[in-house]
Amino acid sequence: MELYLDLHSQPCRSVFLFAKAVGIPFEFKLVELSAGHQYSEEFGKINIMRKVPVMKDGSFVLTESVAILKYMLQKHSSSVADHWYPADLQQRACVNEYLSWQHMNLRAQGSKVFLLRALFPVIMGSEVPKEKMDAAVQDLNQSLQMLEDKFLQNKPFIVGDKISLADLVAIVEIMQPVATGLDLFEGRPKLTTWRERVKKAIGEKLFAEAHEVIMKVGSLPQKMENNSNLELLKPKFQKLFS
Amino acid sequence: MQGVCSAAAAMAVELYLDLLSQPCRSVLIFAKKNNIPHEVKQVSLMDGEQHREDFGKVSLIRKVPALQDGDFCLAESPAILLYLARKFKTPDHWYPADLQQCARIDEYLSWQHCAIRLHGSKVFWLKLMIPEVLHVEVPKEKMDAAVEELNGSLKLLEEKFLQDRPFIAGDHISLADLVAIVEVMQPVAAGLDVFGGRPKLSAWRDRVQAAIGKELFDEVHQTVMGSQERVKVMDGSKLEFSKAKILKFFM
Repeated sequence: MELYLDLHSQPCRSVFLFAKAVGIPFEFKLVELSAGHQYSEEFGKINIMRKVPVMKDGSFVLTESVAILKYMLQKHSSSVADHWYPADLQQRACVNEYLSWQHMNLRAQGSKVFLLRALFPVIMGSEVPKEKMDAAVQDLNQSLQMLEDKFLQNKPFIVGDKISLADLVAIVEIMQPVATGLDLFEGRPKLTTWRERVKKAIGEKLFAEAHEVIMKVGSLPQKMENNSNLELLKPKFQKLFS
Repeated sequence: MQGVCSAAAAMAVELYLDLLSQPCRSVLIFAKKNNIPHEVKQVSLMDGEQHREDFGKVSLIRKVPALQDGDFCLAESPAILLYLARKFKTPDHWYPADLQQCARIDEYLSWQHCAIRLHGSKVFWLKLMIPEVLHVEVPKEKMDAAVEELNGSLKLLEEKFLQDRPFIAGDHISLADLVAIVEVMQPVAAGLDVFGGRPKLSAWRDRVQAAIGKELFDEVHQTVMGSQERVKVMDGSKLEFSKAKILKFFM
């Protein structure tokens, strides 16, 4: 099985972490987003949407991290512990509820804050307007509040006592804006203790390995400035920032 | 009879819906098509009923659809559909046991959130609701950009998710087609000719409607399809409380 990944991308991290944590063998195929590799002819043949992650299992090609996670889980169900995607009807529904909600909430807002903080200046050639940044951070804070109040409540993990796909997908998204130096865990003791539980359940070393490149995101603007593909990438980002 | 009715009532799930909302339609069509015992509880979004205290107890997210099954509450239409499919053991084609077919459905259900769903909603609001109910002018470039984004998503629906298959996962209708069709109908309800010049999409729509049953499909879409007429007589003040939020999100 091949996984086309760039660990700068949150959904790539959840797929990477899951496969490694449960011992599913795969070949790591790097698609360097800041270098514009997703726009190569070769990658276009793999995924017409030019996004990562992509899974290739023999001739079967699959996109969307949530689908890839479920596929890997189903395929290796005999060796993957139940808690990742419980067989229990209600628990499973709660995992699916989070996985659905997060697209347009934590994922969307965390990504926006990340892009504004990490890439806006190098793409747009100016600082982020204050109201724009404040609004984005406010929206993100609302999602974090919902994560705490509705999805976690007083439970150790999103779905009860053990880690599931929901926690995995949640943590990689939160780490994105965090990597730009925004301490989202400050003043949030509940979220902090949940993060520690999740890191422990995944494995601290593995968690750090997956997050190594994104934590160095400070050097990304310089990397991009030096890259001939910047002009190609600019219009695509400008649309996001307008 | 009394015993049977009580048992059926005890089994019935409560579905909190507003049929103006796309995901509410997929849930209702699924429940009705599969004869799942259910009770519909109306939550009028235009009247702000999602902000009522009692609804907050069903869903803190304060969105529709929401399901209540005894003490168990659930939000998010993909989660609700998967829950109902499993609990009521609906026919396999809705969410097949086959690994690859199932994956194709999961892939679509994931992708659609930030694609067709977002773009179709945006066109519905920019073309109809914002100008006609909120009485705010929508700049032409914004409208054109929204339609262009929707066109991009529709192209992907045809070229990547359908290709030359009758339905998204293969030969039979599944949750993916159901979720797709209700989203595609939203900009249609705003008066955008989505199917014109798209024979592949039109043929797929016909197959989906036939598989669901045209009568059921039309019944569930009646409210939203009446939108263009309704906005002429609608009291715009109803949406004032959400105006800032709506404008911020779509404009």
